[in-house]
Amino acid sequence: MLEVADLAVAYGAIQALRGVSLKVREGSVVCLIGANGAGKTTMLRAISGLLPIQRGRIRLEGRDITGLPAETIVRLGISHVPEGRQNFTALTVRDNLLVGAYPVHRRAGRGAIEAAMARVYQLFPILRERQRQLAGSLSGGEQQMLAIGRVLMARPRLVLLDEPSMGLAPVLAREILRRIRQLAGEGTTVLLVEQNARAALRIADYGYVVENGRIALEGKARDLAEDEEVKRAYLGRV
Amino acid sequence: MAGPEQLLQLVLVGLTQGAIYALIALGFVTIYNVTGVINFAQGEFAMLGAMLMVSLAPLGLPTPAAFFLAVAGVVVVGGGVERLAIHPARRASVVTLIIITIGADIVLRGLALLAWGTDPLPLAPFSAGPPLTFGGAFITRQALWILGTTAVTLAALYAFFEYTYPGKTVRACAINRLAARLSGISPERMSLLAFCLAAALGGVGGVVIAPLTLVSYDMGLYLGLRGFVAAVMGGLVSAPGAVAGALLLGILEALVAGIWKAAYKEAAAFLVLFVILLLRPQGLFTRAVARQAGL
Repeated sequence: MLEVADLAVAYGAIQALRGVSLKVREGSVVCLIGANGAGKTTMLRAISGLLPIQRGRIRLEGRDITGLPAETIVRLGISHVPEGRQNFTALTVRDNLLVGAYPVHRRAGRGAIEAAMARVYQLFPILRERQRQLAGSLSGGEQQMLAIGRVLMARPRLVLLDEPSMGLAPVLAREILRRIRQLAGEGTTVLLVEQNARAALRIADYGYVVENGRIALEGKARDLAEDEEVKRAYLGRV
Repeated sequence: MAGPEQLLQLVLVGLTQGAIYALIALGFVTIYNVTGVINFAQGEFAMLGAMLMVSLAPLGLPTPAAFFLAVAGVVVVGGGVERLAIHPARRASVVTLIIITIGADIVLRGLALLAWGTDPLPLAPFSAGPPLTFGGAFITRQALWILGTTAVTLAALYAFFEYTYPGKTVRACAINRLAARLSGISPERMSLLAFCLAAALGGVGGVVIAPLTLVSYDMGLYLGLRGFVAAVMGGLVSAPGAVAGALLLGILEALVAGIWKAAYKEAAAFLVLFVILLLRPQGLFTRAVARQAGL
């Protein structure tokens, strides 16, 4: 469904991605693991249109989306949840979700938007209880759920998730990852960047190891989790 | 020393003036929150509103119709400024954009000079009649128009931001521009919308103040500065703060002029700006966490 070919991105003089290619199959969870600064976040930002691309192609279901602005790409079905739980803190939870439906609010009727909201509340029931509260007053885990729920309102076909478990208690982190797995089961494809490589590989179908702006290794998540190199570098000694 | 009646009189005059500053200040706050730009052409929107109102007067339209047309004209100009001056430079830094607004300010004033000349123009009050008395002080009928129009405009603005979908998307863009873009909200469209909204606010201020002062091509400079000071008093991001700042500034100016010396009124705004930037750059009413509230 998503095909990235030979992608290169630079921040000024710093070369963040040096020709990366990857594929994301429909309905799967694909994760990117690697050290800080390896280029994982840059990859997501380039795919969602936040960063200018030096070289390479990005295709969504065969359609070339290279170089389109972020606000157009989200309309085409790719939603990006950046790191740091970027919500509209001074709006209520419900209003956050409504604004999340912006890319589809003209096409979808009121009923479709309510249905999307019901689905988000089903995935994260705590958000329903908090719907009249300001997003800024939520706990870290709830904010992360809201950030994910908000982009789901646009009914994306592919969700890019950047460090969804960062800074969360282990129980919450597991809960969030489980929900992400559930999303894929319901047909929303996921490209996931995670610092917690072990947990990410557990829920992913396929994985890529990013090093210095290149793909160092790729394979089925199960195989990567057993790979001696990966174990040594990213999973810690067991 | 001034007696209580005289004080009340000064406060009423100050509130009236402050209401105009409030409309202009909200224009600053709206554009700043959405785009990060301080629009120094904001005062010219008020001047244009006043000028258009004066020009429409001979047509003999009912006041509400002339009011609407004048404000609509200013909105067109505001949108034009955004499309012609800001939009082509949208990839430039915020500082560059701010300097562009100073250029737009000079251009608008120059065009007004060409169109209407240098002579100040009079306009009849919206409703004729002697001033009303209020607790021993006088208040002109036009002052009531100003206070009423400002109140209605503020209520409409609040309803727009709080209860309508476009209003919520503008707030979303002001609160978190990154998340707004990723939600498909185009910053370019929001910038255009913010300029139109700010132009409308300035235009309304200009239209209602026109009968109170003589209207001249250079009045925008004076009003724009007052609006800016009021916005800074509120911390530049807070709409309620800007309104409170505007009313305070209006009252302060009236007191300085009435009790001390009319000429010192001019200095009051500058002094307030200086003191606030020095001691409380985050505004009088906000906590130090500035970019939080979003309108």
